[in-house]
Amino acid sequence: MIHDFTYLKPGSLQEALVMLAEHKDDCKIICGGQSLLIVMRQGMLVTDYLIDIKGLNELSYIIYDKKEGLKIGATTTHRIIEKSELVKDKCPILVEVEKKVASIQIRNWGSIAGNLAHGDAQAGDLAPSLIALGGKVKLASSRGDRVMPLEEFYTGFFENAMKNDELMVEVQVPPIRPRVGSVYTKFNLIGNDQGIVGVATTIEVGHDSTCKDARIVLGNSGVTPIRAKNAERVLMGKKLGDQLLAEAGEAAASEADPVSDIHASEEYRRHLVRVLTERMVGQAWEKAICAG
Amino acid sequence: MQGEGGFGEMEKQLLKLKVNGQEYELYINPKTLLVEVIRDHIGLTGTKRGCETVSCGACTVMVDDMAVKSCAVLAVQVEGRHVTTVEGLEKNGKLAPIQKAFLDQGAYQCGFCTPGMLMSCEALLKETKTPTKEEVREGIEGNICRCTGYNSIVRAVEAVAKGNYREG
Repeated sequence: MIHDFTYLKPGSLQEALVMLAEHKDDCKIICGGQSLLIVMRQGMLVTDYLIDIKGLNELSYIIYDKKEGLKIGATTTHRIIEKSELVKDKCPILVEVEKKVASIQIRNWGSIAGNLAHGDAQAGDLAPSLIALGGKVKLASSRGDRVMPLEEFYTGFFENAMKNDELMVEVQVPPIRPRVGSVYTKFNLIGNDQGIVGVATTIEVGHDSTCKDARIVLGNSGVTPIRAKNAERVLMGKKLGDQLLAEAGEAAASEADPVSDIHASEEYRRHLVRVLTERMVGQAWEKAICAG
Repeated sequence: MQGEGGFGEMEKQLLKLKVNGQEYELYINPKTLLVEVIRDHIGLTGTKRGCETVSCGACTVMVDDMAVKSCAVLAVQVEGRHVTTVEGLEKNGKLAPIQKAFLDQGAYQCGFCTPGMLMSCEALLKETKTPTKEEVREGIEGNICRCTGYNSIVRAVEAVAKGNYREG
């Protein structure tokens, strides 16, 4: 049962930040609430004040800037992103990832920032994918704004870098350069469930098809999304080949730090990381060559 | 605001919404879920409470023609919006095309998922007039049915999309 709270509905972002500053020690932000309401109902989360930003249309937008790339407002729903022609044109992988997020009903109501700011985002699809794309988040408070790489946002188990008077207001995805390929997959038993393990990969190749840059991000393989940097190093300057993929997979599996739970054992998760990393690196690489 | 010392009864809040074309003004605790408003305050019990963890889809309703799971939406968030429940599908005592198609195709057995399933199918058909089989399957991905194996449901949606059932 959900515990009582005082419901606050700001009419503007500015008003939301004032409310947040005032109640920062005993409030939670709700947007779509598709994750939040579950933990509130389970009694795992109790709050005195609930600040509802769902109605802040000023934060529902998708724009593209040649220099800075896609900018997506916090309250933009998954479904709007999934159906956006602009996103499809500038960052098609994001459309593919969005289609993997839960079900249509949840994508209709849930927001991108709610997904990323929720404590358990590392188990989701967007956090690993956006880190692999070099995504950033803009945090606002009554003290001012700051932008940080999403990679630095997740700091621990159900913890992130947001101060308690801050609100995630925008998600940014830098423009995709030529000869870059990005892919994401997750392994699960029921379609569109949370991944038992997810792997997002971005590969940039040079004119000679060697690997110029790589980002491999593991989801649900630790308490935060994990960048498999050793696996990335294995690839640098090399040409695509089966042996290389196997080495990268091995490196990623040892960098993963998964838990055993009802869905899978630690050992099985490492196995999945190894296999999915091999597959994703191969696919991203080929996509990058085709994009050249 | 909370009562004295924070232990008092939560002050009820005014909620105005439209359900199946009918306007309602209700006074609710802000923690009330949309499914609770529909079932317990308004008394429309077609919408089911199933898993209550946003997994099964039995509580699916349409908010402004979008399928949502009413167990995961705070009622205060649908202020001023139009909610359609399974009771809102029939018009003038006549079943809607999707309901007739469900009957003809035997797209239900125990019936528990049916109200939610119908709303997901209806929302899909509002968005995509002639969905592919793949799109129909995607459209009901958030609804679990333990009886039919889904094929009869897909056939029902396809039959409506083909125009086999006229409105009214």
